[in-house]
Amino acid sequence: MCLAIPGKIIKKDKDEKGIVDFGGVEKEIILTFVPEAEIGDWVLIHTGFGIQIISEDEAEETIRILNEAFDQ
Amino acid sequence: MKLSISEKFRDPDLVRSLVEELQSWEKPVKLMEVCGSHTMAIGHWGLRKLLPSSITLLSGPGCPVCVTPYSVIDSIMNLKDVTIATFGDLIRVPGRNGSLEQSRARGLDVRIVYSPFDALEMAKKKETVFIGIGFETTSPGVAYTIKQAAEKKIKNFSVLPAFKIIPPALEALADDKDVSIDAFILPGHVSAILGSEPYRVLSEKYRTGGVVTGFEPLDILNGIRMLLRQIQEKDPRIEIEYKWVVHKDGNPQAKAILDEIFTVEDSLWRGIGKINRSGLTIRDEFSDYNALKKYNLTLPEKDDFDKGCRCGDVLKGKIIPKECPLFKVKCTPENPIGACMVSSEGSCAAYYKYEE
Ligand code: SF4
Repeated sequence: MCLAIPGKIIKKDKDEKGIVDFGGVEKEIILTFVPEAEIGDWVLIHTGFGIQIISEDEAEETIRILNEAFDQ
Repeated sequence: MKLSISEKFRDPDLVRSLVEELQSWEKPVKLMEVCGSHTMAIGHWGLRKLLPSSITLLSGPGCPVCVTPYSVIDSIMNLKDVTIATFGDLIRVPGRNGSLEQSRARGLDVRIVYSPFDALEMAKKKETVFIGIGFETTSPGVAYTIKQAAEKKIKNFSVLPAFKIIPPALEALADDKDVSIDAFILPGHVSAILGSEPYRVLSEKYRTGGVVTGFEPLDILNGIRMLLRQIQEKDPRIEIEYKWVVHKDGNPQAKAILDEIFTVEDSLWRGIGKINRSGLTIRDEFSDYNALKKYNLTLPEKDDFDKGCRCGDVLKGKIIPKECPLFKVKCTPENPIGACMVSSEGSCAAYYKYEE
């Protein structure tokens, strides 16, 4: 039940809501918990709420460290 | 095409290298994946089979439907002339008088919602009660919905508070002499809200380490690798593998609204029993939105209806689902006896689907 799905913000309005694109399916999402999220950002969505911004940089860094550890 | 982040965390070469390294681990260890979504991901990707026999993965109490007491279902069923709104999995959990799904067939107005906000919309048409189950991932959204109802003065909406909080449950497991868990694979999305600090008690007081882990194969294998390193170094600590989503301090906005609307109380976990300060209820200032007060419902202190189901032992990591005598014999996803077989992320359902 704690499943959260990544989506990309394509629209943001002032009343804490926005439109998020889930690979072609667009949905209105409440962004009150991720106030600093901007259009183009990836966010994790759970039960209609953005719960955290996904950091592509941190993801890349984790992969880079793993690649280094295994010399790939 | 640019690879999505998720796809990068499925890179077959890296998966192979990690599995090879884990394969060389000899000392027997028991790691508990706390979260039901981890249980599902481990099953889905077949990760258990990739690990050496020295590493045992046990499923923990992190399936909200599985730990919701029967009494929640029993009591909500008595409400007539209201719309009962709930998350999907809960409607199939059997209570003493059958499941909400069965009651719906007999005319009870039960609706499945994707978001608590949808339930607030329903209240515009008819008195609506939302069953508030879930962990820290879910409860902030419900808190926000209650706050909106209060601000917009929507009167015919309430929430039956049955929220659980994860760290006290893990503390109870770390403290339980019958359960021997060497380290925790900590939940990713609960921690997106909570951060990693609330788990520090596990390593500091009980010397049981933990790694907050993501849900892709590389996340999980890397999380296990980090835990093994802690065990090898005899230095239990709380670390974050899922750095691309989880920060040490979690989500301050979500934590603030949890504090504003809810207050901590002792809470009954199905199959496990009462755990101190492990649940959330609605603060008195918002009691108009507390279904327990609005309809004068009381939830019993104990939950003794179990029909031989051993969910409690499964959720504590004492047995694996196969060791329950009813598993697959009398208890199946089509005909679940216990909640662990109902929810798709319940350990018994995940074992049924993936491990046999
Ligand atoms: S197999 Fe069924 S009866 Fe046995 S513990 Fe799991 S849910 Fe309960």
